[in-house]
Amino acid sequence: MSNRFIIWFNDYRPADRPRIGGKNAGLGEMINADLPVPPGFAITTDGFENIRNHPRTVEEVRALLATVEFGDPAGVRGISREVRSLIESVPMAADLEDAVRSAYAELCSRCNQEDVPVAVRSSATAEDLPDASFAGQQDTFLWVRGATSVIEHVKRCWSSLFTDRAMAYRHEMGYDHQVVSMSVAVQQMVDPKSAGVAFTLDPATGDRSQVAVESSWGLGEAVVSGEVTPDNFLVDKVILEIHSRTISPKHTELVMRADGDGVEWHEVGATRQQSPSVSDAELLEITRMAKAAERYFGSPQDIEWAVDRHLPEGRNVVMLQSRPETVWSRKAPRSVSEPSSGFMDSIVSTLLSPIHTRDPVSADDEEA
Amino acid sequence: MAKRFPSPFEAETPPGAEGWQDLYTYSLPFSEDRRDYEEATFWFQDSIHWAEPLTPWDATWYEYAIAALSQYNTRHYLIPPALGIDYRVLNGYAYLTPVPVLDGAEIEARVPQFMERAGFYFMNWGDLYDKWLVKMKDLIAEMEAISFSPLPEKEDLEVITEGRGTGSGLTIQEEYRGLLNLGLKLWHYHFEFLNLGYAAYLDYFGFCKQAFPNIPDLAIARMVAGVEVDLFRPDEELKTLAGIVVDNGLEDQLEGGLSALEGTPFMDHWNSVKHPWFNYSAGNGFYHSDKVWIEHPEIPLGFVAGYVERIKAGEDISRPIERIRTERDRIVDEYTALLSSDEDREAFQGKLGLARVVFPYVENHNFYVEHWSHSVMFRKMKELGDVFVKEGFLASRDDVFYMKRDEVNEALWDMYSAWAVGTHPRGPAYWPREVTRRRGIVDALRQWSPPPALGEPPEVVTEPFTIMLWGITSESIGMWLGAGDDADGGLRGFAASPGVAEGPARVIMSADDIGQLQEGEILVAPITAPSWAPAFGTIGAAVTDIGGMMSHAAIVCREYGLPAVTGTAFGTRDIETGTMLRVDGSSGTVTVLD
Repeated sequence: MSNRFIIWFNDYRPADRPRIGGKNAGLGEMINADLPVPPGFAITTDGFENIRNHPRTVEEVRALLATVEFGDPAGVRGISREVRSLIESVPMAADLEDAVRSAYAELCSRCNQEDVPVAVRSSATAEDLPDASFAGQQDTFLWVRGATSVIEHVKRCWSSLFTDRAMAYRHEMGYDHQVVSMSVAVQQMVDPKSAGVAFTLDPATGDRSQVAVESSWGLGEAVVSGEVTPDNFLVDKVILEIHSRTISPKHTELVMRADGDGVEWHEVGATRQQSPSVSDAELLEITRMAKAAERYFGSPQDIEWAVDRHLPEGRNVVMLQSRPETVWSRKAPRSVSEPSSGFMDSIVSTLLSPIHTRDPVSADDEEA
Repeated sequence: MAKRFPSPFEAETPPGAEGWQDLYTYSLPFSEDRRDYEEATFWFQDSIHWAEPLTPWDATWYEYAIAALSQYNTRHYLIPPALGIDYRVLNGYAYLTPVPVLDGAEIEARVPQFMERAGFYFMNWGDLYDKWLVKMKDLIAEMEAISFSPLPEKEDLEVITEGRGTGSGLTIQEEYRGLLNLGLKLWHYHFEFLNLGYAAYLDYFGFCKQAFPNIPDLAIARMVAGVEVDLFRPDEELKTLAGIVVDNGLEDQLEGGLSALEGTPFMDHWNSVKHPWFNYSAGNGFYHSDKVWIEHPEIPLGFVAGYVERIKAGEDISRPIERIRTERDRIVDEYTALLSSDEDREAFQGKLGLARVVFPYVENHNFYVEHWSHSVMFRKMKELGDVFVKEGFLASRDDVFYMKRDEVNEALWDMYSAWAVGTHPRGPAYWPREVTRRRGIVDALRQWSPPPALGEPPEVVTEPFTIMLWGITSESIGMWLGAGDDADGGLRGFAASPGVAEGPARVIMSADDIGQLQEGEILVAPITAPSWAPAFGTIGAAVTDIGGMMSHAAIVCREYGLPAVTGTAFGTRDIETGTMLRVDGSSGTVTVLD
């Protein structure tokens, strides 16, 4: 079912990574790790190359790019607009369009739903570039329905490789525009009751025994964009105890529009604002998934998750993304033992300075 | 101006308790003679061990225990930053203050001596603990051998024909002095290991908190907790007995008590385990009024009946030893894997290893000392009370606990002397009157609500044993000072055992009343003693006035998987029986519903 243009997440093999980008490869790996990821497929970079190599694109885009003055932000914005609309107007080759349409049809049949709503996300890829996601600023489109609309949004993802910010970033880093390519994910949309992020360590202290969960009502964008102050939980990974809860007033949520076309922000009522946006059972499920992801990928992870409002408790938590945690993982490991001292020295220093009188470790102390 | 606790000199004497000071050793009450020191010092009420006012004789355990603890810190092991715990009584209640070593040079000088002395115990812990068990059993056998009987009309002929040269009047006085000496020796033994055990545990605990700043205290405790522990053994034996009842169809006999069970397999097992396991106090063992199972079989039989019902309802009441063991290993393996270096893993294994070496003592000593030995000691004192009753000194055997321990010597002298002379002792006129007066005073003291602390709070608590043994930290003191500020009538305390439960409150002030607890009720108590274990099958959660993570109460609540909030300071004062509560043992909050 996978082919030159399409790779289903559940068919993913590591050799596919260069053609679908890190983010999509991550979704494939998550499925390999038996994590509950909504079904979907990636359109490989071959699809984007098909557009990039279209004679019109080659010529006109090159001409436009040659005129960019990076000292002039308004000018960059103007050229970005022109490049993007050019890419979006170029027709897909017939075999490519067929491949996308039939994959979408297959997804509808797998989800047992006509015109299944999907999220369409870009996944930039660049061999040997650790910061591909910055080099190709990514766009995401939610609640896309129907094959024609999918195709339109796939093109908009491709064109997002040429946002003014992405162009400026590549310029600053000295990257050629050709170095970055683009894959696109088409994935069944979950309809989240609540959603958020999870770190497999405590971001405040680097404590690796913890899973820190941030959660709010509706789509995860509310948390990721900083639109609301999310609820915050710390769960011990080993004994699975929720031992810190901070419930914040979550005044707004991003939800599907009543007409089913796209999403919009809604005010949250006073009672729900103050209520926890995840249940204890859901928190523990998120924790178990986060642990499984960390174990599978072999390093601390930064995870996006959602609780689908249509699925029963026990099967309603899904993972949308897992990527390596970067802040604490880049620090030198924090050793706490004092190698030279014997156990009596340690007991003496414990008696002289019991743990409750010591300052807690803070992230700042660890910078060095 | 920072908040402070009341001065001990501001406390009013409850009406009817005037003259309470004379019920105790002259050095126990706060007094003008040491006012400057006493007023400048921070004292906390030890309701973990002494939640109720002390009767004159029961103050003996208080003095013996705290003096022995102090002696080991100060004179045996030279704990570098800590001398002993100073102790007083205010309106009958126990107040303690840790005495730190403040001079840095003196601390330095104590370090090498501590390392040599404590190091010896750590290095030889296993052998020394084996010896300890033998010493303890010998001591208890010595206590058991003591007997008190009324003075004879005339000495036996053998006293003459064997040329003994002494008589019964000397013997009874020797026996009592011997009993007191064994009591003090018992408390020496208690602290021979305890503080060292806690120090090793705290070192391991501190390492875990450094490596994993958010690790729950109970995860740390579960990695060292013993799987088969003497302290749980009495409860285990009740479950075994319940199994015997069901297997042999003895339900009807069980209702009739021990006499109805005579000649059944139930009694065979009962008799084979009652010594030592049912020398078990329904309280914490520090009060003569605490009921001991072996003397009040209705208590354990009631618990057996509860277990019988659960077995018949199809429940498996046995502790899943294998699962507990596997789960403990899993927890250790996962935390070990999360450490960031091999050095850390090695250090962790070392500290965990030492903590596990010392922990059997920490877990088990309580059975040997407070339950078993105290039970025997109180039994002997009651035998002595019988002698006083027979001679007309006292109206009932328990009145003996309204004598100070040294007054018992005086009363024995009075009895002996009149017996020797062949005339009338003063006791029968003096003691019944005096006991009646003293009972009135102690009853009046019971009405007083002791503040959790006295005097100026310290800026920061650094004394290691205050933190370890009593769970008193700068945070808990702040909590006491802030208590009552919660407008909703809620309480905060330590998150001692995780989970959330809702239910009606039942305030239980004394172990005698635990039978009132109904299914699903929230137990609100000054402190939950481990001996209340069988009641934990009934309740939905526990809230206590005081207690840290290492109090036996916290350990038992976790064992039973019940949410618990400890150290709320004012739970029993502010909550009324019947109030609907939500207890969140994960965050340490108690909320009043409705």
